[in-house]
This record gives sequence, C-alpha cells and structure tokens, in this order.
Amino acid sequence: MTGQATTTWISGPVLRARAQGGFLLREAVTVGEQRLLGEVVRVARDEITVQVYEDTSGLRPGVRVQGSGQLLSVRLGPGILGNIFDGLLRPIGVGTERAGDDPWVLPGMRESAAAKFGFKPRVSVGDMLRAGQVLGDVSTGNGYAQRCLVPPDFPPGQVTEIAPAGSVADDVAVCRLRDAEGGEHAVTLSQRWPVRIPRPVGQRLPSDEPMLTGQRILDCLFPIARGGTASIPGGFGTGKTVLLETVAKWCDADVIVYVGCGERGNELAGLLAEFAELEDPRSGRLLLERTVVIANTSNMPVSAREASIYTGITVAEYFRDQGMNVTLMADSTSRWAEALREVSGRLGELPGEAGYPAYLSSRLADFYERAARVRTLGGATGAVTVLGAVSPPSGDFSEPVTNHTRRYVGCLWALDVRRAQARFYPAIHPLQSYSSSARGLARWWHSEGCTRWEQLRRRFLTLLEEEAKLERMARIIGRDAMPARQRLVLFCAQLINQAFLRQSAFSEIDRYATPQRQAVMMRLIGSFIDSAEQLLNAGIAPEEIASAPIFRALMRMGEEIPEGDWERFSELDRELAATVRRLTGQRSEAEAGD
Amino acid sequence: MYARVTGEDVADRVDGPLLFLRRTVDVGLNEAVEVEDADGRVRLGRIAALDEDSVTVEMLDDTAGLRLDGTRVRFFGEPLRFHVGPGLLGRIFDGVGKPLDGGPPLAAEQAFRVDGLPLKPSARQPPSEFLETGFTSIDLMNSLIRGQKLPIFSGGGLPHERIAVDIACNARIRGARGGGDDFAIVFAGIGIPHASAEFFREEMERSGALARTVLFLNLASDSSAQRLLTPRFALTAAEYMAFEEGKHVLVILTDLTNYCEALREVSASRGEVPSRKGYPGYMYSDLATLYERAGRIRGRPGSVTQVPVLTMPNDDITHPIPDLTGYITEGQIVLDRSLHRRELYPPVKLLPSLSRLMKDGTGARRTHVDHAALSAQLYAAYAQAQQTRILASVVGEEGLSETDRTYLAFGDRFEQDVVAQSERRDIEQSMDAGWRALRGLPRNELTRLGDEQIRVHLESAGFDGAGARRIAAGQTAAKPAAQPVADADRE
Repeated sequence: MTGQATTTWISGPVLRARAQGGFLLREAVTVGEQRLLGEVVRVARDEITVQVYEDTSGLRPGVRVQGSGQLLSVRLGPGILGNIFDGLLRPIGVGTERAGDDPWVLPGMRESAAAKFGFKPRVSVGDMLRAGQVLGDVSTGNGYAQRCLVPPDFPPGQVTEIAPAGSVADDVAVCRLRDAEGGEHAVTLSQRWPVRIPRPVGQRLPSDEPMLTGQRILDCLFPIARGGTASIPGGFGTGKTVLLETVAKWCDADVIVYVGCGERGNELAGLLAEFAELEDPRSGRLLLERTVVIANTSNMPVSAREASIYTGITVAEYFRDQGMNVTLMADSTSRWAEALREVSGRLGELPGEAGYPAYLSSRLADFYERAARVRTLGGATGAVTVLGAVSPPSGDFSEPVTNHTRRYVGCLWALDVRRAQARFYPAIHPLQSYSSSARGLARWWHSEGCTRWEQLRRRFLTLLEEEAKLERMARIIGRDAMPARQRLVLFCAQLINQAFLRQSAFSEIDRYATPQRQAVMMRLIGSFIDSAEQLLNAGIAPEEIASAPIFRALMRMGEEIPEGDWERFSELDRELAATVRRLTGQRSEAEAGD
Repeated sequence: MYARVTGEDVADRVDGPLLFLRRTVDVGLNEAVEVEDADGRVRLGRIAALDEDSVTVEMLDDTAGLRLDGTRVRFFGEPLRFHVGPGLLGRIFDGVGKPLDGGPPLAAEQAFRVDGLPLKPSARQPPSEFLETGFTSIDLMNSLIRGQKLPIFSGGGLPHERIAVDIACNARIRGARGGGDDFAIVFAGIGIPHASAEFFREEMERSGALARTVLFLNLASDSSAQRLLTPRFALTAAEYMAFEEGKHVLVILTDLTNYCEALREVSASRGEVPSRKGYPGYMYSDLATLYERAGRIRGRPGSVTQVPVLTMPNDDITHPIPDLTGYITEGQIVLDRSLHRRELYPPVKLLPSLSRLMKDGTGARRTHVDHAALSAQLYAAYAQAQQTRILASVVGEEGLSETDRTYLAFGDRFEQDVVAQSERRDIEQSMDAGWRALRGLPRNELTRLGDEQIRVHLESAGFDGAGARRIAAGQTAAKPAAQPVADADRE
C-alpha cells in the first residue's frame, strides 16, 4: 500500500503535503495529473516535504501526491547504451519513436517504454544462481553485446524457468528463481536500482593498468589508472569541456557515461552530432554506440541536476557489473554542488562554507568513492573510472568544491588560464597537476616496450620545473645574460611544451596518440635533449642548436606525422644524428681554421 | 492576454514587492496576474507561492502607492505570455512588449511564454555557420557563429555601446549582400539611461538598420522587476522570428549588469539567503535561462545568436556577473581600458577573449581553409609579445635578444593594424591584415603554421601586392566567389 498526500503549500520546486499513509525518506513520488516526478526530502508524522524534479508552473494546493513505495530509482537495461537521457534517466532524444518529436523539454516526461531485445540464455532449469551472475546474453539493434545478470539484491536461488533464445520485451520475466525459503523471484532484462545506493561488488581490486586517454600530457605525465579518479579544475575558457570530450572520444573504455550537469546545450548537441559520426579507433564502431549521455543543461530544472550525478554513476556501475571498463565524465561537479546549495537553501538548512550545505564534503566523498576497479559479484572484472570537472568561481582553487574534491581524487589535472590564453591546449599546468598512480603504472609502460618511460617522465617534469625557475630569473636579468646551459634548458622545455604536451583536439592527425606513438615521440625528444647537451659540451651555442631545422621538425611532428608512420619518425632520428655530426663538424672545422 | 477570473477586495497585505491575497479562486503557481488599484493603475505580477488560504504575488512593477481596498486582481490562469505576429521588424517596444513608437498594437498571431522552455540537446542543431560582424578581432580571432552566445565584457566608460551599434549595423550573413531578407536584429536595452536609448534609436535609424531591427527599451527609470522581463520579451520575439518565420536573428542585450543588479534587488526584498557579493545563489541558473535560449533547432531554418553586453564592476573579470556569464556563454570578448586610452577602436583585449564555437564555423567552405591556423599563430605570437613587453619593462629593450625585439615590433603592429580598424572589414580583409602582421617574425617561431601555409601566405610575392591593391581600391569582399571551392579542393 503506497502513501498518498494532498498539497498544502507550494513555492518553486518544493511543496509540502498532508500525508495519509506512510512515506519513506527519499521515496519517489508523482505529483498531480501530469505525474511530475518528485522525491520526499523530509518526513514528519502527518506532513511530507517533496522536491519536484520538473517545472512546477500551474501546481496548486489540493493537488494529489502519489507515493511509489520505492526509493528514487532508475530503470537500467539494454536500451540505455547509445541514447541520451535527462538527469532521471528519462529519454530526451528527438525523432525516436520512444521520445516523440517535440524539441522542448516539457514537464511530465516518462521513462522509456518497454522495448524488445534479443536474448540468449546461458543457464538452464535447475542451475543454482547467485546475485550478479550472468544468466544470458542480450543483443541490441546496434550489436554491442550486453549481459543480463541476476540483480545484486536477490538471494541465491535455483532456476525454475528460463526464456528460450529469441526476442523478449525488457519488462517481461526471462527467468524465475526459487530461493532457499521457497520464495519466487522474477528477473527481467531491465532492472530498477535506487540511484543513491552504490551497487554491491565482490571485491575491490588494485588499479595497476592505465586508462589510456590518447593525450600525451595525461598518459605520460599524469596517468590515470582504471578505477581511478581525476578532478579537472579550471576557470571558464580554460578548456575543461573540450578536454573531457576529447577523452570521451579517444579513451580506451568499453562504455562512456557522459554527464552534462548544468552545462551548455550547444556543446551537448555538438557532442551528440560528433559522436554519431566518429568511429572508435579500436572497435571501428560509432562512438555514440558505446556512450550514454545524461544531460541536464543549465536551463533545465535545477533539482534534477542534483540527481543526475547519482544517475550517471549508477548507470556506470550497471555496465561495470557486466564486466566492462566504464569511464564516467561529470561536467561539471560545481554545478551539481550549486544545485545542492540551492535545494538546501529552499529547505531552510543551515549554510556552511560559501553557502554550501555542511554535508557537501561527505557527498563529494560518496560520489568519488563509487569509482573502483572490482571483481563483480558474478566474478568478472570491471572498473568505473571517474573524471570530474570543477568550475571554481573566479578560477580560485581555494573555494570549497575544488578544495574538498582534491582530498578524494587520485589525479589532479589543473587547467591554467595563461596557457589557455596563448591557445596552448590542453592547458594543463604541468607543475600544479599530479597523479598518484604514475609509479604504479610505470610497470605497464615498461612491459609495453617503453623502457625509459619512468626516467623520461621524471626528466621532463624536472626540466619544466627548472624552466619555471629560470623564466623568473630571465625576467630580471634578461635571457641573453644567462649562462648557455640555462638557455639550453629553456629551449628544451620549449620543445617539451610545444612538441609533446601541446596536442590539438581538432587536428585529424594529432587528436589521438597511441601509446606507441607517444613512446616514440617521448624517446625522440629525450634523444634531442641528450644530443643538445652533448653539443653544448662541445662548445656550440644553444641558439645555434635551436635554429637547426630538426628543432622545427620535432616541434611539428605531432601535427605532421600520423599514427603508424614509423618510417618518418626514424627519419627524424637520422636527421638528429646528422645535425649533431654537422654541427660538431662545423665546430671542428672552425677550430681548425683558427 | 485575457483575464480568466477576477478577484475584488482580496488583498490582505503588501510587503515590498510582495502582495498577499486571500485564496478565493483556484489558481496555480507562476501564473500571471494584473493588479488594478482604485486609481485605475495596472501592475503586472506573478504567483510566487500558494498555501491553502493565501496566494503570494510577486509584483513586477513598483508597489509604491498601492492600496489594499478597492484593488481588483485579474488572474490569467497561465504564465506570462507575449503575443507576437508578423510586423515586428522596425518596431520599438518597452520592456514588457508594449509599443513605444506610437504605432498600432501588434497583430497578434501566436502567444509564447516569455520564460521559454529548455531545448532538448538532441533537438539542437550544432551551430556551424559563420556570422560576419565586420570587426577583425571578432571575425578573424574569435569568430561569431550563428546560434552562439558570445558576450562582450566591458567596463564603465568603454565604448561598448558604439560596438553594439556597429555590430547591429554591420553584421552580415556571408553570401547575402546587405544581410539578406532572412537576417534580423533584436536589440534590447536593459536599464539604460535615456541618452543611450536615444543614441541607439538615432544610430539605427541613420544607418537604416532599424528596418531590420526590433528594439526593446527598458529605461533606468523603469522598475527593476520589469528589468527582469525585458530580455525575456526580447528573446521571445527573437525565437518567434527565428523558429516560426525562419529568420537568422542576432540578439544584442545591453546591459546585463543592470539585469543582475535588479535580480539582486528583487531577491533581497524577498528575504532570500544571499550568495557571493549579495547576488542570489540561483543567479547562474537564472542567467542560463536567458543565455541558453540562443541556438538552432534541427529541421527548422532560423537561428538565434546572442551578443549580450555587460559592464564588469571595477573592471573585475572575477566579479560574479562576468564570472557566471563566462561559465554559461560560448566564449567572451573582453574590452581593454589601456587600448581605449590609446584610442584604438575597437579596444578588444584579445588574450582573455575566446570564441568556443569558432572551430565549428570557420575553415574551408565556411571562411578560409587557413583561418584557424592563422588565428592560432597570431594568438601564440601576441601572447609571446605581451610576455616580451613585461620583460622589456624590467630589463629595457637593449637587454632583449633579437628574436624578442621582433616580437615587440609584432605586438605594436598587431594592435595598430589588426585589432584597430577605422571601417568595416570583411573576413578576407581581416585575414590579409593578419598575414601582413606576421611578416617579420622568424620562420622557426611560426610553430602553428605548416610549411605550405608559410610559403603561400608569407613568402610568395603575389600575396602582398594583391592584398594591398585590393584594399587600396576600397573593394569589399573582392575575392572571387570561386575561392572557397578552390580552398576545399586544396584540402
């Protein structure tokens, strides 16, 4: 028996109602004839407070509130992949038969209607199954293989009925289980799960393999492990969204969950259009087919923005439980925190730092803790990697959201406004960023054949650090007054920045770099630095080294030499050796001439 | 809008902008009301909260002089709407859509909610067509794309009004000489002084742009709650022309700072908990409901492009108004006081300026195949020039290396000849100016250009002669029409 209530007071997205029957805290409810979706945020003996996730225009006292008996939950199923949803997993695609043609977001949206999918059982009557075990394979129209699992909250049981191979609606039982007490449980292809509760796992595993992004500055300097977390703070215009989108396009995850939380509609439209055209370089399939977009743009109802983050991570966990590597992008967690603040304000809670509720920090911790590489209940290995953008007001990293986030993430990719202003992208600041998994991931790179990875990485970072120091000095005494060795450091750092760290997301050739190409480029730059030092010791001026054609060739190799063209990289190797010979030759000739 | 129900003598209490009524009729949240006092003065309002006994109305006009007895309240039974129809162009309205030009009322064809509705991201057509403003610092360096929202961050005393009017008069869709019939402007003055309103009206009339413009004028002396409605009425008109009539509409809103001040004032009078600098915590979401109304819809011909203008209090770009705006809009054009002091017009400070959609609307077939590379190279070189200027101010020019000195010269040349301009330039003229400024920089410094681009644009003798001749002859858009196709072939 679900509860019912009558509205007595309403203002903005919050209403109070006189309750008949019991309501749960965080229970999903529907309001009025339009059946607007809401969530109970406060329960008293005979009154409930409801936060409505849609435009409340036209609601009035007396309107009925209908309980559902369930916590706010979403329906997870094979139809999610490749589609776009709002913050509560209701489809907002256009032109599809399930979502209608209206271009506007109207109140009273519903979740997806049932659809049919191909099902092939893997178990037979009499088998014993535990929660999380695979009972069959599911195929969708676009052919990405998915699995149907025993829901994580089911007790172990014996299969009494299993559907034969064929086309099945996702709301019809495909399997029935009888547990030890004789209770019957029906499993459907689509299953509900409450968004605020993490889905259980068998065991958390250490993260020792990288989630490759195809971006050199990330993979080589600040790598993230599968199941890791990264935060991307940056003021406006520093390229957070472009970076997240680029990673979403080229990273080596099986499934991408992209949560556009309080951001721009045009950007999401661009992402959808691009993903529907671009191919995943690894599978050759369209990127959209491996992507779930959860969109709550800045002008959509604020309260649903708060839920969208939880919806996103629940979807990610659902695919992880099928043994997939999932990467979740949240753009931007600051907008989520602001929604939290706004709703908290309407509920009259005591504000903490900068007006945010005091529980901001624990909510952030809860969210990032749901990232992990795990052994699932069914025994498979899967991972959820989380990348969260942070938009600090005025670009000030000491504000609460940036500050609290820092404490919970393994990688920080700090975006720098000065790099962005010089159109140096990705504008990640190499000295402010860090990765706590670099040491652990070195083994992977070494086993892939890039044996000097750790050494070169440290070398690059040291040079960049030195550059920052020398730049300050150059500002006082002028570049020309500096000793030759220091001038050479500046040239080498320039090379690392321009040739290696800078990578255009819009260049056909350079938008993505395989680990092999990254390793070759890293090695070439390392060789140049070694040779340059050798030349310097032979008495050749740094300016002369930097004006050699090889310097410009290295600077532009990322944009000029495509994937797999190893011959042209070898050419650069030979040209470098020739340059060293030429310069030392000239030098000895000059000396001979003296 | 027609009243559905009328309540007489239902008012209980007035408190600042809030009017409390007894709940005698069944009305819903956010619905519009009209309050007529005993003197016959009519004020607009909106239902902000409801309980079983009372209705809280937020008045959108000044409540001074409002009396409780004899007050009639008309309930519309629906949110505030703007009745629009053909014949908007050339008209002048006040902030809530009433004609100011003495003309007849608008022939209403359809009524739209002034608040608009959020567009589904999947229903949006990603913006991809270039819109020429005539300013090199925008067209070449931070291109405006149809469907984009690109604000101008100005400061008190800077010529943003001049720039706004110039954009309104000079903006053009490429390929359609004189703008074409399907191009229109919506110009909304929000809380502007009387003198500015006159300036806008006169300049538009003089240049003939008024014929393709709808003007909304909310004066500084109008009530601040009405200020919150002005951009909404303007955008509703723009959406009607764009999505119903199929026009490409450029919306210029000035000055958004006045809008935000009004928002703060109204929020304070409602007794809400303030956030940064006293502005309400929902200012981000509120501004988003304006800015996000820029865009295109799949399968419909028109577009809404926004150029909001705001003045940064104390020239501070980290102030909440520009800060929150920058997080919503697709880039920003920042104006600079020191350039203005040197009488360079337009005084655009390029380094913090940005157009996020530039990559989508420029390049082969849209502007020029080398547009992006040229702009990136100019940006990189100008950033270096600025660094060098700082260096020179400490160690003196003598202490600079030869390369550094070429950067100094580039910086001056760039500001004088590329950023500053005395008349409208089309994109070809802007690009010519850009290539000219790059000459003189050492080849090894041009890391954003390919060898071929250097050869074609910077080293071939033909370029300079042709470009210079064309400009000397005063021709506009003299490039043959076949050029973009040729570019596409080369790509």
